[in-house]
Amino acid sequence: MIQFINMLLIGIGAGSIYALMAIAMVLVWRSTRVINFAQAGMALLSTYIGFELVQKTGNFWIALPLAMILGALFSALVEILLIRTLIKHSTSGPVAGIVPIIATLGLLGFIRASIGFIWGNQDIQIQPPLSKVGFKVGEETIALSPMNLLVLLTVVGMVVVLGFIFQKTNLGLSLRASAYSPEIAQLAGIRVGAIRTIGWAIAGAAGAAAGLLQTVNGTGAVSPDSLEFSLLLTFGFIAAVIGGLESLPGAVLGAVVLGLVLAVVQIYISGTLVFMVAFALLLLVLLVRPQGFIGSKAGRRA
Amino acid sequence: MKDLIVDHGAIRAISEVSFTVETGKLSAVIGANGAGKSTLLRTLSGLNKATEGSAHWGEHNLLHGKPESHVRSGVSHVSEGKSVVAELTVEENLDLGALWRRNKKEAAESKKQALELFPRLGERLSQRADTLSGGERQMLAIGRALMSKPNLLLLDEPSLGLAPLVIEQIFQTIRGIVDSMGLTVVLVEQNAMGALKIADTAVVLNLGRVATSGSAADLIADPAVRAAYLGY
Repeated sequence: MIQFINMLLIGIGAGSIYALMAIAMVLVWRSTRVINFAQAGMALLSTYIGFELVQKTGNFWIALPLAMILGALFSALVEILLIRTLIKHSTSGPVAGIVPIIATLGLLGFIRASIGFIWGNQDIQIQPPLSKVGFKVGEETIALSPMNLLVLLTVVGMVVVLGFIFQKTNLGLSLRASAYSPEIAQLAGIRVGAIRTIGWAIAGAAGAAAGLLQTVNGTGAVSPDSLEFSLLLTFGFIAAVIGGLESLPGAVLGAVVLGLVLAVVQIYISGTLVFMVAFALLLLVLLVRPQGFIGSKAGRRA
Repeated sequence: MKDLIVDHGAIRAISEVSFTVETGKLSAVIGANGAGKSTLLRTLSGLNKATEGSAHWGEHNLLHGKPESHVRSGVSHVSEGKSVVAELTVEENLDLGALWRRNKKEAAESKKQALELFPRLGERLSQRADTLSGGERQMLAIGRALMSKPNLLLLDEPSLGLAPLVIEQIFQTIRGIVDSMGLTVVLVEQNAMGALKIADTAVVLNLGRVATSGSAADLIADPAVRAAYLGY
């Protein structure tokens, strides 16, 4: 029983962080039709910046929003300087359309190397702001620490805020219209170019939060070639795809399902199978329901 | 508009087309499939780039700037094929047209006007646009364009794929918009007869060139136009 509860807790906890990453991938996909492989690098950079900010301010909860803002600015800059230019210049030829996607792979390597150059290739350590010892239920210690709980609540809070922005505000309406039908959005007077940049900026903030929260939720250690960040990119991407790639609720659902499935494998079978199972799940969903959990060919939902 | 030329890659879609629209009047642009009608409107609203020539609406240069700036200067374009965002609700589609407007009171007034013009939309505000019938979608598209408070409205084939009765209704509404709101409308239509009946003036396009132009009444009476475009 306690093992089952722990499995749920671990699954949902991990899934919530994949959800932030998946949201970032979906936002970028929706605004520019680009799969941003550099999302992991951008999250990593934001995490390093977060590390510096924790050192300076001594408070993780001040560093987190600041790192998110800087992550958003960096992401917006990438869209304006790199992606926008590439989309404009790669309208024909065999690689048209995938040029920006390949460029994000280049950017991923560039960011990682730059981080190594600036901060060195050794691990840095971010002190978790809260205890990581699990709560006690009776005699048993469960797989939920105050740190885990706060990370979970923070993610839920961010998802709720994002949902509100998308469904209830004018900015959200502009973002959705520009994603579904850029031409009609333009004809309605929406500055689609600026809205795309904002989509990237929100993605950058979500990615920054994913990176920092994952780090303090885990070992607290980060290095430029951190395996955790490669996994974060992979799992975030898989979650986004099985969620339908167009839909924010889909991304969250995909991430939680992925987190739970991986927790089952990890606890009841073997931790070494996690990577394989994640891809098996991706293939299975693509075979059975290629449009993802949420989303259909006839109509996609925001 | 003078000597407008638009190229699609190696293909010249529009060659040296010139005509004038009168303020507060309904001008129809008719012609067969591939005559360049849609390209013409898309160029006027900034979606396509012109190769040469000029096009002005009052002081405003229509060949310069992005579609979103044209809208903000009073030029609204309803593109071909029910120009609505299928995934958004009816109300969101309407609101979309006025998001950029600073004066929210006026925007609310425009919404009231649009809903008075198309009461059917009012009953369906929270429905997704893709649940609407073809005619209702066209009404929504026009309603959204009116939300941007245009003085020049560009309509691309509003009759496309609609039943004859619905077409009649839409055409009457368009005429009504011109008469009651004082808007200038450029109506592109393959349904030449229907368009000529409601239009004040008309231009006939053929393979990207102006074949003939004049008042709508004269064109209906012109034997050549009748034979080529009206089918009798």
